[in-house]
Amino acid sequence: MYRYDEFDEAFVRDRVAAFRAQVERRLSGSLTEDEFKPLRLKNGVYLQLHAYMLRIAVPYGTLASRQLRQLALIGERYDRGYGHFTTRQNLQFNWPKLRDIPDILELLADVEMHCIQTSGNCIRNVTADPFAGVAADEIEDPRPVAELIRQWSSAHPEFDYLPRKFKIAVTGANHDRAAIAAHDIGLQIVRNDIGAVGYRLLVGGGLGRTPMIGRELRAFLPKNALLTYLTALMRVYNLEGRRDNKYKARVKILVHEIGIAEFRDRVEAEFAGLDRAAHDADPAELARIAAYFAPPAYEKLPATSPAFESAQRANPIFAAWVEANVFAHRQPGYAAVTISLKGIGDAPGDATSAQMRAVADLADAHSFGEIRVTHAQNLVLPNVKQADLFALWRKLGEAGLAEGNVGLITDIICCPGLDYCSLATARSIPIAQSIARRFAAPERQREIGPVSIKISGCINACGHHHVGHIGILGLEKRGEESYQITLGGDASKNAAIGEIIGPGIPADAVPDAVERLVAVYLAERQAGEDFIAAVRRLGLAPFRAAFAQEARHAAP
Amino acid sequence: MPLRNISGEAIDPYQRVAGGDIAGRSHVLVPLAELDAVRAVGGNRLIGIEVANTTKPGTVLPVPDHVALIAIVFPSFSDGRGFSLAKCLRNAGFTGILRAVGPLIADQFGYALACGFDEVDIPAELAARQPVEIWLAAAQAYRLTYQASHQTGAPGILDRRRMARAGACL
Repeated sequence: MYRYDEFDEAFVRDRVAAFRAQVERRLSGSLTEDEFKPLRLKNGVYLQLHAYMLRIAVPYGTLASRQLRQLALIGERYDRGYGHFTTRQNLQFNWPKLRDIPDILELLADVEMHCIQTSGNCIRNVTADPFAGVAADEIEDPRPVAELIRQWSSAHPEFDYLPRKFKIAVTGANHDRAAIAAHDIGLQIVRNDIGAVGYRLLVGGGLGRTPMIGRELRAFLPKNALLTYLTALMRVYNLEGRRDNKYKARVKILVHEIGIAEFRDRVEAEFAGLDRAAHDADPAELARIAAYFAPPAYEKLPATSPAFESAQRANPIFAAWVEANVFAHRQPGYAAVTISLKGIGDAPGDATSAQMRAVADLADAHSFGEIRVTHAQNLVLPNVKQADLFALWRKLGEAGLAEGNVGLITDIICCPGLDYCSLATARSIPIAQSIARRFAAPERQREIGPVSIKISGCINACGHHHVGHIGILGLEKRGEESYQITLGGDASKNAAIGEIIGPGIPADAVPDAVERLVAVYLAERQAGEDFIAAVRRLGLAPFRAAFAQEARHAAP
Repeated sequence: MPLRNISGEAIDPYQRVAGGDIAGRSHVLVPLAELDAVRAVGGNRLIGIEVANTTKPGTVLPVPDHVALIAIVFPSFSDGRGFSLAKCLRNAGFTGILRAVGPLIADQFGYALACGFDEVDIPAELAARQPVEIWLAAAQAYRLTYQASHQTGAPGILDRRRMARAGACL
């Protein structure tokens, strides 16, 4: 894992001191609320429905056990004993007091963490594949370049007052587990015809009220040109992006309005005019960072573990958990384990301080002290010996963290919704809970197979409903919550935006509606065909017809 | 309006004129559109031009020799286009004075300097709320930043690491 040097340390400490001074100046009236707002947002502080919310950056989703323990402590001392992992690999606390926030930032700095640029119209926390460094299909670990971008973009003097927020995701693998096409910039580490490693760049993806899939800006960018190219791209966006309407201010709208070819021409022209020597990162710098992400000291193990195999045969519940939650590792004898934060009836992505400590202890015992946060709001222990999996599963069970539903229908992505958020138009957590309860039976979930349900409580789409196989968007209609269902979205390599399949329905009809969609799939699927593949083959018509029955049934 | 630079409060020698009334003035600040008219009058005065933050760099570049100052207007502190425009002008080799005009806040002073501005011209109301000491402190809020600063000449953290490596190799 990356460790701060003296410069990183000084920067984060100075940032805390600067924010402390800003809070004081706000309280003294030196800063108006309008002036203070972007300053607090760029330190992760939102004003929510009931309280301030603090969003902590987990850069590229990598956490050390001591960091997770610190988060547990903060949750206990300053919140209500739990935190919420978000779809951008961050952690949110929902109940801190403004006057405590500088002290919380200090505690974070003690473990090399911060809240810098987790909100506001700036370059946000960079996200990455949660299986970075352990996935077999990876060309290179995406975290070193993500860390380089984190540093380069931190308090960037030119790009801290952009037209709108700007999100970057990086993957080093062929399978996209970082939803790069749903980001303002998606970076994919690729190899070109002559075997050189570089980046494929997508631009203009994003969800919100105008969902768009990122377009290819560059098929191959040499590695060492990245920061110059990003400077050119950000400058074009900063100068040309719309500022007349916040809903049209994301780079996706600029790309859409002038066209990808024109956008590319402008970026390339700016790029050509920049002094590469002054902007490119030193390759030795990337190498310095990459050294921190060297593989841990794995033991030489056989590819399979007899103890692990026999434990699966002896215990079908364990075997089912393994099937859903264990991911193949590139190192023989090891596995990556996803810890579901989607216990049936729980708020998706929430973890108590006790659970955080339990995970930190398990990471120390079984995973070289390392944890990952996924954009699906789960945690990962990336480096577990197969022979340890059974013991790990038992201990997870004691912490209430052994739900074997990763990738299944109850592994629901969900925003905080109207229970917390001041933007929300409807609740989302209770919808996730009611669907999870409906499909709780493990054997039924396994029979249905992989399905991603994503729920947003408003059009801003924090729950990524557009790219859910089944997307659920909570709106308000005539004072009532109304849920719009979309089908066919996909956040993976085959990124697609789901289509609306019928009129909005009330909250209590949502589980029945999902049930009807699943029934069509179960009736029509071919051998080995999962839900999204069947939707693609069948088209929306049979699902629309089934949904229409539910909508009629649910109509008041 | 109050003028501030890295040393603190500054006296503004430039007089804002419009409609060509420049007789007897040594420093004039005119809208970009009036530059040609002012030049036609001739004389030895220093000319500043004021440009909107939506100005395309190409309409100002190359900057004529007798333009000693370019003032970029920030319509609001949250509109960051002026930072990029300043960088474009500096990258193109403009070595005159760059002034940011508008309601920038103290916390942006470091950014403005880093992007190549020399000075800020802020509304009196804002200057009263945010005295010059706050501006000077805010400009030094970070001992080091990842990006180099154009004005202070301080190298960024990435550059410092590069220099440290180069030193280690000598």
